[in-house]
Amino acid sequence: MATMDTATTERPIGFGRLKRKEDARFIRGQGTYLDDIRLPGMVHGVMLRSPYAHARIVSIDTSKALAHPGVAAVVTAKDLETLGLAWMPTISYDTQAVLAGDKVRFQGQEVAFVIAVDEYTARDALALIDVEYEPLPAVVNARKALDSDAPLIRDDKDGLLDNLASPLWEAGDSEATDRAFAEADTIVTRDIIYPRCHPAPLETCGMIADFNPNTGQLDIYNGNQAPNAHRTVYAHVAGLAEHMIRIRCNDIGGGFGNKVPVYPGYVCAIAGSIVAGVPVKWIEDRSENLMSTGFARDYVMHAEMCSKNGKITGLRVDVIADHGAFDSTAQPTKFPAGFFHIVCGSYDLEAAHVQVKAVYTNKAPGGVAYRCSFRITEAVYLVERMVDALALEMKVDPIDLRMNSFIAPEQFPYETTTGWTYDSGNYAATMREAMRIAGYDELRKEQAQKRARGELMGIGTSFFTEGVGAGPRKHMDILGLAMNDGADLRVHPSGKAMVSISAQTQGQGHETTFAQIVAEELGIPPEDVQVRHGDTDRTPYGLGTYGSRSTPVSGAAVAVVSRKVRDRARLIAATMLETRAEDLAWEKGRWYVKGDPEKGAMIEEIAAYAYSGEPMPEGLEGGLDAQVIYDPPNLTYPCGAYICVVDVDPDTAAVKVRRFIAVDDCGVRINPMIVEGQIHGGLAEGVGIALMEVITFDDEGNCLNGSFMDYLIPTSLECPDFELGETVTPCPHHPLGAKGVGESPNVGSPPAIVNAVIDALHATHGVDHIDMPCTPARVWAAMQGRAEPPQ
Amino acid sequence: MEVTITINGQKVSRDVEARTLLVHFIRDTPGLTGTHWGCDTSNCGACVVLMDGQPIKSCTTLAAMAEGHEIRTVESLERDGRLDPIQMGFHEKHGLHCGFCTPGMLMTTRALLDQNPNPTEQEIRTAISGAICRCTGYKNIVSAVRWAAEHEAAMKQEA
Amino acid sequence: MQTPAPFDYERATTVDGAIASLAEHGPEARLIAGGHSLLPMMKLRLASPEYLIDINDLEELSYIDERITEIRIGALTRHAELLESELLARRAPVFRDAEEMIADPVVRNRGTIGGSLCQADAAEDLSAVCAALKASVVIKGPAHHPDNPSGERTVGMDGFYLGPFTTTVGADEMLTEVRIPLRGGAGSAHEKVERRAGDFAIAAVSAAVWIEGGTIVDAGIALAALGPSTVIVTRAEEAMKGKAPSDELFAQAGEIAKEDCMPVPDGRGPVDYKRHLASVLTVRALRRAATRALQQEA
Repeated sequence: MATMDTATTERPIGFGRLKRKEDARFIRGQGTYLDDIRLPGMVHGVMLRSPYAHARIVSIDTSKALAHPGVAAVVTAKDLETLGLAWMPTISYDTQAVLAGDKVRFQGQEVAFVIAVDEYTARDALALIDVEYEPLPAVVNARKALDSDAPLIRDDKDGLLDNLASPLWEAGDSEATDRAFAEADTIVTRDIIYPRCHPAPLETCGMIADFNPNTGQLDIYNGNQAPNAHRTVYAHVAGLAEHMIRIRCNDIGGGFGNKVPVYPGYVCAIAGSIVAGVPVKWIEDRSENLMSTGFARDYVMHAEMCSKNGKITGLRVDVIADHGAFDSTAQPTKFPAGFFHIVCGSYDLEAAHVQVKAVYTNKAPGGVAYRCSFRITEAVYLVERMVDALALEMKVDPIDLRMNSFIAPEQFPYETTTGWTYDSGNYAATMREAMRIAGYDELRKEQAQKRARGELMGIGTSFFTEGVGAGPRKHMDILGLAMNDGADLRVHPSGKAMVSISAQTQGQGHETTFAQIVAEELGIPPEDVQVRHGDTDRTPYGLGTYGSRSTPVSGAAVAVVSRKVRDRARLIAATMLETRAEDLAWEKGRWYVKGDPEKGAMIEEIAAYAYSGEPMPEGLEGGLDAQVIYDPPNLTYPCGAYICVVDVDPDTAAVKVRRFIAVDDCGVRINPMIVEGQIHGGLAEGVGIALMEVITFDDEGNCLNGSFMDYLIPTSLECPDFELGETVTPCPHHPLGAKGVGESPNVGSPPAIVNAVIDALHATHGVDHIDMPCTPARVWAAMQGRAEPPQ
Repeated sequence: MEVTITINGQKVSRDVEARTLLVHFIRDTPGLTGTHWGCDTSNCGACVVLMDGQPIKSCTTLAAMAEGHEIRTVESLERDGRLDPIQMGFHEKHGLHCGFCTPGMLMTTRALLDQNPNPTEQEIRTAISGAICRCTGYKNIVSAVRWAAEHEAAMKQEA
Repeated sequence: MQTPAPFDYERATTVDGAIASLAEHGPEARLIAGGHSLLPMMKLRLASPEYLIDINDLEELSYIDERITEIRIGALTRHAELLESELLARRAPVFRDAEEMIADPVVRNRGTIGGSLCQADAAEDLSAVCAALKASVVIKGPAHHPDNPSGERTVGMDGFYLGPFTTTVGADEMLTEVRIPLRGGAGSAHEKVERRAGDFAIAAVSAAVWIEGGTIVDAGIALAALGPSTVIVTRAEEAMKGKAPSDELFAQAGEIAKEDCMPVPDGRGPVDYKRHLASVLTVRALRRAATRALQQEA
């Protein structure tokens, strides 16, 4: 049995670079992903999707498909209407068609669901369904969605006469902002787009629904990031008893926000299983994933920033948010634009004002996804691009402008101009560490030398503060469910433990990290702590994993529940040692008598005692279990300083990311190896978003990036050897001093890369703005003075 | 039609359609769901297996085309309860997060080390450029392969 | 994952057998070798042949043979073999340049030169490579004509492409061999710009020059992804003949390539950028080809 004596840096009992416990099955190819699950009698569902972005459905003839051998059913909206399932509520309190009845409203929208003996047969039957469409003009440009002659997309909504998806949302103080601008000595203006992109996890979305008509139990296998919340939604939507629904997630091949929403395919699989009484599997292909599931971003932004005496003083931002055909964005109810108003950034501004308007377009629904921290990716991109734009105008080094404008360490906790209370940070130190690792002054020298030779090298910076770990129940709920998470800890008679959590890993290493938290708090070695997750029958209620909330919320829950057990153990130890609880002191794994340290009780001994017939302390029940639901007092506010070095080919305009330096401050790191891995992954996504990932449409609403041939994800050849650093400013309110980190690299990297590209081209070509993605063609156009936003 | 493929040294025979893709033939064989799929257009590499020692994309191969060839999947790496050094490397160096791309990466890099026992970082990056990882950013995968290369070299020295 | 529609399948055991099957099953029959162009199209149901003839067992079509006046490459030779061939790296380095950037290393284990040329994708690098090298291909059909008893004909690359995705290979014919002529003073190179590793080219150029006594006696310039099919810039080739290699000459060739190519706008880039690349990459490819040719001479 491992004890504190056997702890090493390789195998810490507590925080440290512990190798992952979950690796064992994955390196053997023994993971259980959705498509690996085969149930007896299982049938397959495949979705027929609309080829048009906007069209009336005149008729659907399913007779030939139904007659095809091996086809069990063909479900259309008419069938779902009888079950009350043709439409479903979305996380944003809108409704979304499960199967289109009256109209199709985006290319790829679900029109019919074929259920057959196997997937090949089901796909053959798709071709046999005859749908007659009457095409309608499509709204593709968000800026034109509210034009008086724009076609009405949501004619299903009573009283909606235009394509406004969500009323204007504001934050900050518009009058104070006007004053700041009036007094400024420098003002810059930019139109900046954060184009539509897609989380595209390697495993697509899918579900097996298995309804047992004899027991009324609905068993669901589904890779989703919030299983408890989904269970509640299905109970509500399908009129099923919540206690009779069990959702198991098993292993998930990546989420990145793509597996947060409830998709029509899920509802069809459930309906199919209820009606047919056999398990129904639906798993989408990659085109379906890219064309119909929750996309990310698509913010059209207009911004102004001002400075006075060398310091940034004000920011004004106006946003049109393209939500697609249904408003299904996922964010806390009180924040319809997510956390975008953190766009005030890391700076001690005098004033800021933000307004966001959401529109419908004839495109797939979504918007909040892809490691965005509820729109913080958009906010940080905007503010960090504007800071560079201002630095260009002021003719100062962009890092100097940031240093002069940062919130200072002594100003924390810091109340921002748009209502945030940042917890802790030492921004200048983090920035300096990035400069040190990068060798910033040397880079600038190298750039000057290269420029003299006609070589285009760019250095770009970004600094971000983000707010993660939603969140306090009084402010943050999704669909009325408080964003709190639970932890159940059971210490068995043998001293081994199981902690059940409501967070849902999709690769983040929860089976290791959460065991390490218990190990840190109780001294039980991580290999003796089983982390249970992904089963709504066996885990506490919580809102799941996205928005970098696992460590801030579930991690805190695990720390608190471990401390509850520890406090319980103290009382039991006092009884065992025939002393008073206040006479005991704790060292990891053991309560001992102060003043007589040889006399103590190890946690394993206390556990054995707790389950034995020996007398328990007054008022305490047997056993060594505890439960907690954690209500975070605030978000946590990690920050980071990123520096990117690019080389741009002067003739072909191809951009290569040569170096990327990332210094993150996420407070205390439970497992630095896992934290670093998360950062590598997010930085790679940033390279993709900045240089090549985009979902575009033509004027008729045809999606032009509906496969991995045209939705380009970076390979090992586009990603540099990332250079990481850290500063540690503990979170004052988190039990472990930890902050979230998973999304930070995706938040901070795109602006650093774009700033670097502009930096490479400004002096020689006068480029002062370019929108993503910085493909060779788009960079070349910018070099010719013809930078255009993407379509 | 009846198709017989040697998978991990065992003959597997099944009656399938001509259009059955190799990835599906493999995945429908009991115990062999370690080979995954992630796209429709032969880009992602989640389906990579070895055919006669060479990495191929099993989603772009008919099962019928694999008859008469030796297919090796991720399940073949561990022998007699001992992990292959490439598997150990991925664990040592945190070369996986969600694990979905991992079998394809393992088979690709196993073949690389078989051909080139001491690859440079650039050679490793080139070898895995036909496989997408959405989680790791590739850096630790490169480290994992280097770890395996050094470990195998050390084992050879000892032998 | 998307899956193909049903079809029938046979495995060819001889070249003549494969050709006979093509003739027997008509236009709905297709040959399949590496399958990395055909199978993706079939999975997306953009192509639905009813009969597939698998020619992967025809090992006799897999070779890279050096003859005195030409290199003969069997149609079934895989991209990976072309990349690794030291013979090609020495005598026609344009192959290795191109292969380093064709698809990805795993796809290269299966895709073949025959399949690549016959797919007739305008963006195909090997088509430009072979055209620049002034290669010819051997096409075999059913032996039924008294004037052509072996059923074989040889076609130059300049007559091979008839239009987008269309070659002169008939429905009952098979491309069996590619012949690369060998002459002294040769140098060649391939330049490609892509949005990301493994993507098709935004634009690519293969260039070959033959230099004798300091003068270019012949040149081959072929463009990929810059027209409905591979574009051979005959005007630029002619302009190079009899001249000494120089930056000015290359720039002139580049200008002609820019004028004579026929790019269409798409997700990879607009027309003006592609024309710009035609000239930039022509210059770069010619410069490297000439340097290699002169190194050979020395």
